[in-house]
Amino acid sequence: MRLALLLFAVSAASVFPQVPYERILHADREPGNWLTYSGGYASHHYSPLSQINRTNIQRLKPAWIYQAHGREHFETMPLVFDGVMYITDPPSDVTALDLRTGRPIWHYRRAIPEGIAVCCGQVNRGVAALDDQLFVATIDGHLVALDSKTGRVRWDVEVADHKQAITLTTAPLAIKDKIIVGMGGAEYGVRGFLDAYDARTGKRSWRFWTAPGPGEAGNETWAGDSWKQGGASTWVTGSYDPELNLIYWGTGNPGPGYDGSVRLGDNLYSDSVIALDASTGKLKWHYQFVPHDVNDMDATQIPVLVDAVWQGKARRLMLFANRNGFYYVLDRVTGEFLHAKQFARQNWAERIAAEGRPVPTLRTAANATGALVYPDDDGTSNWFSPSYSPRTKLFYQNVREKGGYYFKADTTFQSGRMYLGATKRDIPNEEAYGALRALNALTGEKAWEFRMQSPPWSGVLATAGDLVFSGTMEGYFFALDAWTGKVLWRFQTGGEIWANPIGYRSEGKQYVAIAAGNSVLVFGIE
Amino acid sequence: MHNALLGLLLAAQSPIGEAIFTSQCAICHGQRGEGGRGPALTRAKLRHAPDDEALKRIVRRGLPGTGMPGTWLNEGELIAVAAHVRSLGQAMGAAAAIPGDRPRGEAIYRGKGGCAKCHTVNGRGGAFGPDLTGIGARRSADHLRQSVIDPAADVPPDFVRLRAVTSAGGRAITGARVNEDTFSVQIRDAGGVVHSFWKTELRELQKEPGKTSMPVFRGVFTAAELDDLVAYLAGLENGQ
Repeated sequence: MRLALLLFAVSAASVFPQVPYERILHADREPGNWLTYSGGYASHHYSPLSQINRTNIQRLKPAWIYQAHGREHFETMPLVFDGVMYITDPPSDVTALDLRTGRPIWHYRRAIPEGIAVCCGQVNRGVAALDDQLFVATIDGHLVALDSKTGRVRWDVEVADHKQAITLTTAPLAIKDKIIVGMGGAEYGVRGFLDAYDARTGKRSWRFWTAPGPGEAGNETWAGDSWKQGGASTWVTGSYDPELNLIYWGTGNPGPGYDGSVRLGDNLYSDSVIALDASTGKLKWHYQFVPHDVNDMDATQIPVLVDAVWQGKARRLMLFANRNGFYYVLDRVTGEFLHAKQFARQNWAERIAAEGRPVPTLRTAANATGALVYPDDDGTSNWFSPSYSPRTKLFYQNVREKGGYYFKADTTFQSGRMYLGATKRDIPNEEAYGALRALNALTGEKAWEFRMQSPPWSGVLATAGDLVFSGTMEGYFFALDAWTGKVLWRFQTGGEIWANPIGYRSEGKQYVAIAAGNSVLVFGIE
Repeated sequence: MHNALLGLLLAAQSPIGEAIFTSQCAICHGQRGEGGRGPALTRAKLRHAPDDEALKRIVRRGLPGTGMPGTWLNEGELIAVAAHVRSLGQAMGAAAAIPGDRPRGEAIYRGKGGCAKCHTVNGRGGAFGPDLTGIGARRSADHLRQSVIDPAADVPPDFVRLRAVTSAGGRAITGARVNEDTFSVQIRDAGGVVHSFWKTELRELQKEPGKTSMPVFRGVFTAAELDDLVAYLAGLENGQ
């Protein structure tokens, strides 16, 4: 008994050190951990571990499974460091799991008020870690700091009033001494923003309004007072370039999503990627993928930061597989548009012109008889993460091939109510499908694809073992050859996969983890 | 409550409800709510919607486990659609009379038609085809008539016919798709046996859209027999 207690004390001490900013900054130096949402600030979502590889993948087996009791599916991206995995359980709980056994060490349980207006589920995509704290953004509009040893609350601040239909599902991003957090709610006519909070005190450091008000640049792109319901929410975790001190963040659709007549103009900074000074929240540059969007082309995907030679010159690039069906290459110092290439079926744009502005087909606005739109409002891509492998130089993106009919509907704004301007019907008997596509990172040309029965909601993880992991809506977690797309391994998890896989090392052995249904599953080689 | 009633009265006279119904609901429920793939709405009482709140809830959220999807309509539009659906029931009064004799139809169902070999009614019958218990509440008489004489015209998605040929031995299996995913497929054959394959074990896997294992009864029944059979099926409104 005493020995057991002593052992626990020893392991507990070794289990809970801290995550200073420098550790996240140099996440690539500790490939055994997963310290921030996309694995590192450049958001490659790549595991530099190669113990599991193409020669031994057939021996991959479940090591443990953690089952939660949530009402919603898991969208969590686990963080892993120092012997512990940190996950969020829907709606806004946090659990610390012992990496050896999968047994819970502590739970943070949050009581959620009834009647929260949220378009797409009371889900959560994970925590941020900084020093000795974890940070979770909650469905009722709060940002909470927890003691990472115990799960006890250090501070709890309101980001926005959930009664105004602003909700938080995104994993925060820790940068230096600040916690960056985005919000959702553009389906309800809210005004979007991105916030930074002091990690020690919870005091707000800055707020950038993504639908700018009078006197702010970009306000002139909104007719009248339409900016007040302008949407442009910020619900997927962005990226960071520490040398430029710039945060890159994708922004959502304008409100109302399908009726442009009440918000004439380009509607900045909706459907854009914005580059903000991390210290001040000031806008350095922006690039708008879809000016005056009428098809819910939320640009809430992950900006992937890569340095490469572009037309003979070394450049700092941003790769962005947009849900509108185009793959973009931008200069991330200046925001200059360099290249776009269609990677999935779409009918909203004829092409992207040389200066980066799309030429719309003008056929996809909702109407009385139903406008056919590709992709539908779930997008070609969405929040689920792509992966970039520095070994293959391929950009791996899960793609949804599905359309819909959009009918014009009432556009009367009422706070807390859906504000869309259309309703949707599926295409009868459509053979919608999914694909994991490997794209040449610089050109967007397809190198190979792996077809899936259904449009997916899972992200992708490439590893240095030249494997690509992902999941299907029918519950398969699978691995492909990163060079060819050949299926090498699969496992039926028994739950829909709405999550991104991650990789880590524990006691010298490599593992991959994925959330499926209401469970987190961890796989290793015996 | 008063306001809601007033809203309903106003909505019933406005064209919004009808416009929404025609563009979005009629594809399954018919232009005048006579039914189709979705049930007829020309009834005073709707099975899943005993009151207007329930009706609005169904239009908003859909009915899980059925083909009925949800919508993004707002409260005013929901009231208008609900009022229009109610007016369909009132306009028709009692459901339009279906010609034919139900007991004779049942005899044809069990005898000449041989329907019970593949279909279940109230727990009795085969399981190769769709369960017809309560089918009269889910499909219109016209749709049922069409399904008898031209079953391929509208095949339910969970009865899509597949043909699979194994790589080893070249064995061919044809039947209804029980389940299909990226890596595997399960097929129920006419004998009710479920065959499970990894797709890598198959040389050939063909979806046969617009095909069904159900025999075509066009020309098999006399006009009177067809009326009787349809009357029997349309009368299967209860159960389960």
